[in-house]
Amino acid sequence: MTNILLIVFTISLLYFAIANRLMTYVKILTLQGVILFGVAFIELRELNLLNLIFILLETIIVKALAIPMFMRYVIKKNNITREAEPFVPNFVSLILVTIIIIVTFIISNVINDPHLHKIYFVTALSALFSGLYFISSRKKIITHVICYVVIENGVFILSLAVGNEMPLLINLGVLLDVFVSVFLLGIFINKVGDVTSDGDVAELSKLKD
Amino acid sequence: MIIPYLTGSILIAGALFFNQKKLVSKLLVVTFLIMQWGFTVFEIMHKGATTYDYFSTDALAVLLLVTLSIISIPALTHSYEYIYKEKDNPRARGIYYGAMVLLIMSLTAAYLSSHIAVTWIFVEITTLSASALIFHRRNAGSIEATWKYVFVSSISLVFVFIGILFLSIALGKGHEEGMFYEELMVLSPGLNTFWLKMAFIFIFSGYTAKLGLVPMYTAGIDAKDKAPTPAAALFSSVLMNVGFVGFFRFYKVVANTSIHPWTNHVVMIAAFLSIFVATVYMLKVKNIKRMLAYSSIEHMGLIMLGLVAGGIGYYAALLHLILHSFAKSALFLQIGHLYKTFKTKNIYSIGNYFKFNVPGAVFLLLAFIVVTAMPPSGLFISEFYIFKAMFEGGYLFLLIPVLILLTMIIWSLGKNILKMVFIPPVGFDESKVEPVNSLETFSQYLLLGLVIYLGINPPQVFVDLLHEAVQNLTF
Repeated sequence: MTNILLIVFTISLLYFAIANRLMTYVKILTLQGVILFGVAFIELRELNLLNLIFILLETIIVKALAIPMFMRYVIKKNNITREAEPFVPNFVSLILVTIIIIVTFIISNVINDPHLHKIYFVTALSALFSGLYFISSRKKIITHVICYVVIENGVFILSLAVGNEMPLLINLGVLLDVFVSVFLLGIFINKVGDVTSDGDVAELSKLKD
Repeated sequence: MIIPYLTGSILIAGALFFNQKKLVSKLLVVTFLIMQWGFTVFEIMHKGATTYDYFSTDALAVLLLVTLSIISIPALTHSYEYIYKEKDNPRARGIYYGAMVLLIMSLTAAYLSSHIAVTWIFVEITTLSASALIFHRRNAGSIEATWKYVFVSSISLVFVFIGILFLSIALGKGHEEGMFYEELMVLSPGLNTFWLKMAFIFIFSGYTAKLGLVPMYTAGIDAKDKAPTPAAALFSSVLMNVGFVGFFRFYKVVANTSIHPWTNHVVMIAAFLSIFVATVYMLKVKNIKRMLAYSSIEHMGLIMLGLVAGGIGYYAALLHLILHSFAKSALFLQIGHLYKTFKTKNIYSIGNYFKFNVPGAVFLLLAFIVVTAMPPSGLFISEFYIFKAMFEGGYLFLLIPVLILLTMIIWSLGKNILKMVFIPPVGFDESKVEPVNSLETFSQYLLLGLVIYLGINPPQVFVDLLHEAVQNLTF
C-alpha cells in the first residue's frame, strides 16, 4: 500500500512537469498532502495518539488544506495569470524529471544500505531534485513557493524513511519550516505584487554587481 | 535560566511590537540589554553547566555570547539615532525593535544549544527575524533583498535538515540521544562513513548561507546592503558567527572520524572559491556596503582555511572570527554615518569625508588598517597564524594564490576608502550636510580598540577559552 502511494507521489511529479496552470499545481499540492498522510498513517499506526494527531495536523491540515487554500487566495488577490510560464517547453521538463527519477533510482541501488527503505529514498530525492529544477525553470514567484513546498514534501518523506519513531522535535522542525516559509513568502508575494506588475522574478533582478 | 531569558525576550519583543510610544520603547530596549548582559554574566559564571538537556555553556558558546552581547549594545543604542532621524513611523519602529530583540535572542539560544536540531530551529528563527529587519524600508530594493534572503535561507536550511536526516541514518535506530553534539563525538568514529559524508556535505552547504561561503553566500550580500546599518552590523558579525557555530560543532564531530581529510578538502575548495569570488567582486563593486559585505566573505574564507590547515590554525580561526566580528560591526556602524552625510552608498559620489566628519574619517582610516589586517590590528596576528599553519600543513600551493588575492583586496579597499576620505566628490551640494554627533563614533573606536587590544595583549582568560574551544581538534 505504501509502495502504491509513493509511486503515485512520484507520478505527481511527472504531472507537475507537464501541467500548464497554476491551479493545477495547487491541486497537485493537495494530492501530495493526502498521500503524505496516507504514508505516515500506515507507517505510524501503532504509535501513540499524540504523535498521530501531530501527523494529522501536519499533513492533512497544513499540507493538504491550509497551504493550497492560502496559495489560491494569493493567486486570486494578486490577479496572477493562470499560465505557469515555464522557461523551457513542457516536453523537455518531462524528460528531465524522468531522468532525475532514473538517476535517483540508480543512486539508491548503488548505495544498497540495509537501513534504507529504497522506495522512500527514491521518492524523496526525486521530489527534492525536481523541486529544485522546477524552481530554476519557472518564472513566477508563486511557482517558486509551490516548488519549495514540493521540496518540503520530499524532505517529509525522507524523514519518514529515516526515523520510524519520528522524534517530536524533528516533527516540530518540519512544521516550523513550513509555517515560516510559506506564510512569510505569501506576505511578501502580496507586497511584491504592489511593487511589480505580475509577481515576476524577472523584475526582482535589480540588486547585482 | 535560559527559559526565563527566552520568555522575557519574547515578551519584550511583543511589547515593542505593539507599543507606540517612543519613551516606552527606549525603556524596553534598555531593559532587554540589561537582561542580555545579566544572562551573559550568569552563563559565564556557570560555564560547563547544562540546562534542560538542550543547552550547555561550553567555551565556544561563552566566547560568542560575550561577542554578541558587546556588539548588541552599540547596535541597539545607535538604532535610536538611525531610526528617529530617518522616518519615525511607530509601526515600522515597533517591527524593527521587536525583530532586533528576537534576532539577538535566537542567536544567543543557537550559540548555547547542545542538540543539532535545536541549533537548526533557532537558526531558522534568525532567518525570520532578519527578514523583518531587511524589509524595514519597504521599497522595491528591500523587498527584493528580503525575498532573496528568505528564499535562499529557507532552501539552505532545508539542506541542513536533510543533512540531519542523513546523520540519523548513519546513527541507526535507537540512538536518539546521538543528536547531542557530545554524544555524537563519542559515537562518530563508529559511524558509516558514506552517510556521514552525505550529512557533512548537506549540513555544510546549508550553513554557508549564514556563514557566507561560496555555494549560498549571495543572499547575505543583498541583506547586508539593504538592511538598516545597525542591523547590517549584526548580520556581518554575529549572524555569520551563528553559521560558524552550526558548522563548527559538526566539524568537530567529523574531525574525530576517518573522513576528516576528505571534509578538509571540501571546506578548502569552498574557502578558496569564496576568497576568489570576494576578490573579483571587490575589484568591481561601487557600493561601499556591498564592498564590506564581500570583505566579510573573504574573512570567512580565511577562517575556513585556518580550520583546514589545522594545528595552530584552529586557534587562529576562532581568534579571527571574534576579532572580525568587532571590526566589521564597527565599520558597518560607521557606514551609517557616511550614508547620513552623503545620502548615497555609491563610492563615486562620496568624498572629502574629512571636511564633514573628522572623527568618522579618522575612524575610517584606522578601520581600513584594522580590517585589512595590517599591524597593529589583531587580525594581523590571527591571519599570520593562519598563514603559518597553512605553511606548516603543506598548503603552500594554496597559500600563494590566496596571498595574491588578498593583495588585490587590500589594493581595492585602500583605493576606495582613501578616495572617500580625501578626494572631493563631483557635484555634491555641501550646504545640505547635517553634522554627525561625534559622540556616536565613540562606540566604534571602542570596538576597534578591542580588536587591537585582544590581538596584541590577549587576557589569559580569553586565550584559555580559545584553547578550550578547540581542544578536541587534533591533526
